[in-house]
Amino acid sequence: MRNKTSLERLAEVEDVILRLENIKKSFDGVTVLNGIDLDVKRGEFITLLGSSGCGKTTTLRIIGGLETADEGRVILEGVDVTNEEPNKRNVNTVFQNYALFPHMNVEQNVGYSLKIRRRSKEDIKKAVSDALQMVQLEGYEKRMPNELSGGQRQRIAIARAIVNEPKVLLLDEPLGALDLKLRRQMQIELKRLQKRLGITFIYITHDQEEALNMSDRIAVMRNGVFEQLGTASDVYDRPRTSYVAEFVGSANIIRGTAQGSDENTVRFVNSCGTGEVSRNGAAIKDGEDVVTAVRSEHIDLCSPESGAKGLRGTVKEKSFSGGMLRIEVGLEDGTSVVSSRHGINADWVPGDAVIASWDPEKAVLVDLEG
Amino acid sequence: MKKKKAAGNGAFKWFVMPIYLFTLFFVIGPLIYMVILSFLEREETWGVTNTFTFGNYLSIFDPIYLKTFAESLRLALISTVLVAFFGYVFGYFMAKLKPRMRKMMMMLLMIPFWTNSLIRLYGWIIIFRANGTLDSVLMAIGLIKEPLKLLYTYPAVVVGMIYALIPFMILSVYSSVEKMDWHLVEAARDLGATPAKAFWTVTFRLTLPGLLTGIILTFVPSMGLFFIADILGGNKVVLVGNLIQEQLMKVHNWPFAAALSVVLMLIMTVMIWAYRKIAKADELEARL
Amino acid sequence: MKNRTKWPSVYLAVLMALMYLPILLVIIYSFNESKITSVWGGFSLRWYTELFRDRTMFEALLNSLFVGVVSCFLAALIGTFGAVGMSKVSFRSKGVIEYASQLPMMIPEIVLGMVFLTYFSLLRLPFGMITLIIAHTAFCIPYVYMEVKARLVGLDPSYVEAAKDLGASEIRAFFDIIFPLMLPAVASGVLLAFAMSFDDVIISVFVTGVDVNTLPIKVYSQVKTGVTPKINALCTLMFAITVIVIVIFNIIRRKNDVKTLENKDL
Repeated sequence: MRNKTSLERLAEVEDVILRLENIKKSFDGVTVLNGIDLDVKRGEFITLLGSSGCGKTTTLRIIGGLETADEGRVILEGVDVTNEEPNKRNVNTVFQNYALFPHMNVEQNVGYSLKIRRRSKEDIKKAVSDALQMVQLEGYEKRMPNELSGGQRQRIAIARAIVNEPKVLLLDEPLGALDLKLRRQMQIELKRLQKRLGITFIYITHDQEEALNMSDRIAVMRNGVFEQLGTASDVYDRPRTSYVAEFVGSANIIRGTAQGSDENTVRFVNSCGTGEVSRNGAAIKDGEDVVTAVRSEHIDLCSPESGAKGLRGTVKEKSFSGGMLRIEVGLEDGTSVVSSRHGINADWVPGDAVIASWDPEKAVLVDLEG
Repeated sequence: MKKKKAAGNGAFKWFVMPIYLFTLFFVIGPLIYMVILSFLEREETWGVTNTFTFGNYLSIFDPIYLKTFAESLRLALISTVLVAFFGYVFGYFMAKLKPRMRKMMMMLLMIPFWTNSLIRLYGWIIIFRANGTLDSVLMAIGLIKEPLKLLYTYPAVVVGMIYALIPFMILSVYSSVEKMDWHLVEAARDLGATPAKAFWTVTFRLTLPGLLTGIILTFVPSMGLFFIADILGGNKVVLVGNLIQEQLMKVHNWPFAAALSVVLMLIMTVMIWAYRKIAKADELEARL
Repeated sequence: MKNRTKWPSVYLAVLMALMYLPILLVIIYSFNESKITSVWGGFSLRWYTELFRDRTMFEALLNSLFVGVVSCFLAALIGTFGAVGMSKVSFRSKGVIEYASQLPMMIPEIVLGMVFLTYFSLLRLPFGMITLIIAHTAFCIPYVYMEVKARLVGLDPSYVEAAKDLGASEIRAFFDIIFPLMLPAVASGVLLAFAMSFDDVIISVFVTGVDVNTLPIKVYSQVKTGVTPKINALCTLMFAITVIVIVIFNIIRRKNDVKTLENKDL
């Protein structure tokens, strides 16, 4: 309570709508969240990205009040709500399986939160039809949930969650059950909806493409902590760790020992050859370990006869998918790198000896993890 | 600041109040009283005195009563074995029917399952009685010259038992056969097993839990079904159930009736415990 | 793939026929004019008219219905709230009470009858309606409890979470969400319980008083002593009631199943 004034000031000045402070949670002795800190600004679209079991759903449930944190605080609009019941928080959730009440029609489902707040019948009717219009399902009031398609249920679940104008909307893999085409379409719609409503979205997904498409900021989660928190281009172009580079950008991770570096470029060697990476202010001295992430579209291949510097290897496999040619190169030390190109005209065939190199500007230094 | 949610009982503790009170007063209470009663001495004509005694249990070892227990066990065993055989075959064939036929069979089974067994048994009186349906039919086709007079005989009681209990067996076997993955049998056949071998090594093994459940559902009640022996067996077949009823209603020796009940329940508890052990072992094995 | 043998079907048909033969005989003979059961004397409703003229039979029927309805109502209340409550509370005694509450379904009827008889006389309860209702409630509760519990287990917890998320309190969520979704289970549990109560002989014989008879008790004494074919008519009527209850039960079940299936099909 003593912090209340400073918290409120924070909410006003910084426009922070939701703050998580050192959230910890374990189930039966297994640590699921190990100190989560997060400031979410008003109107922001923030995504928690991670593979299953990373703690993203638990984080969301703690924000929504469906789970209580073991340690730490949840502050919503400058008020500590850590121990508040979910029905006392102005936060709504779109559940993964939608959780539409099967015995209520669309109108009753969407109007439920208003009915609980004892709003008048006309008010409810008006608000429900507005919300349905927002998700482009006008006229579906009397349908039962089992008479709707997956995509329609999804929209109704969103309508139900926004009808009460929550401060923050939590979305737990809302597109997970939809097919790819519908998912792409819903991504665009969701983003548009968020802009129009001006509501803060906290979105959970394990699909990096979805996260990169929609989010203002992305928190990459792993083992109950944020591995990196930043804008889409931060996590994609400047991954902090090898995990983020691999998970978000499907990058190649290359290791070596620094040798002959200068102030702009770090040069390194390993048993397959040499590599370069722009320094970006990193304090790496010669003789130290270097871990570099290079995305596959930046890997160039040329023949050993050309005399180019790089890593020596042999073409292992060629495959073609989604308009991209993907060449996997087995390096001499047993690791492999992937190079991808638009188009199909690459003359390499499996068994060819190649040198893999890249523009130092396109490579980033990362922390090795995992 | 760190306040745990109060165990979440909240208003729901009022929800469980009725079932707590009812169970305490009208299930646990009576059962405890039964055990106490079985250690008390009866009064000369009616009622009990508050003297502690093992006498009631000792008198069970009286040859007459021991014989009744043995007789009950024998009848229960015979009935259970027959029910297991006929019921298993029925449940097995039924699960192999086409879905629509299966549904119809299910419906047809539900009706006898829930019909008062007295009504169903009464029909057997009509069939078995001297010059009843069975005798008339058999004499008409010339198989027998004299009426068989099967009513009030041991076979009549066995038929009644099977009849009353077979629906339980069929349903539990059926549910486990239905769940079975027939591809496993096909795989066994593919690997060279004869149909019989495939049945014993795959089908039978996988449906054993259903059979065991059925056996428990048959054996346990068959120890206590006194009225079948009463109606179809006259006074010739006396089971533990009849004995308890007699001690309770005619002889008014309540402590002895209580002791008999305690022993009956103990036998059943052991049966169920053994079943759980086997079922669990089976489950474990199946998982490996 | 090959010509399937007919034996399985024959076996099923024969056993099923044997299952229904006694019931059919009773039904047929209930329309028999003759006073001797095994002789066919032509079709007649004589025994039904006699049955309906018998005041004690009518009273027994009313008693049976009264006991059935009251104990099923009590069992529905206690069982439903019990099953829902048990899934929420965390008392240490929970397991024991839950197990004990299910015992009346497992204990042999003869033992249960004797247990109630001795206990009620210890409490000096007047034998009759009250004792009948208590005993019937005791063995009806497990049917409701089991049905509701099974349905609760299948209930997606996110429904309740969603309700709370949208502003409902725990209790409000119960009445808005859990209770309506439980209703079909309560109904089918109650019907099963009613069928059981309406058919019960053994326990009723032990706990009833001198002047309160239920229909099954009447049947029992008639089967043991009676010679008049009136009993055929009585059995036929009871059989018909059971069939009706079972058919209703199945309709509810099926509707219920269809709903759950559709919800699963996300």
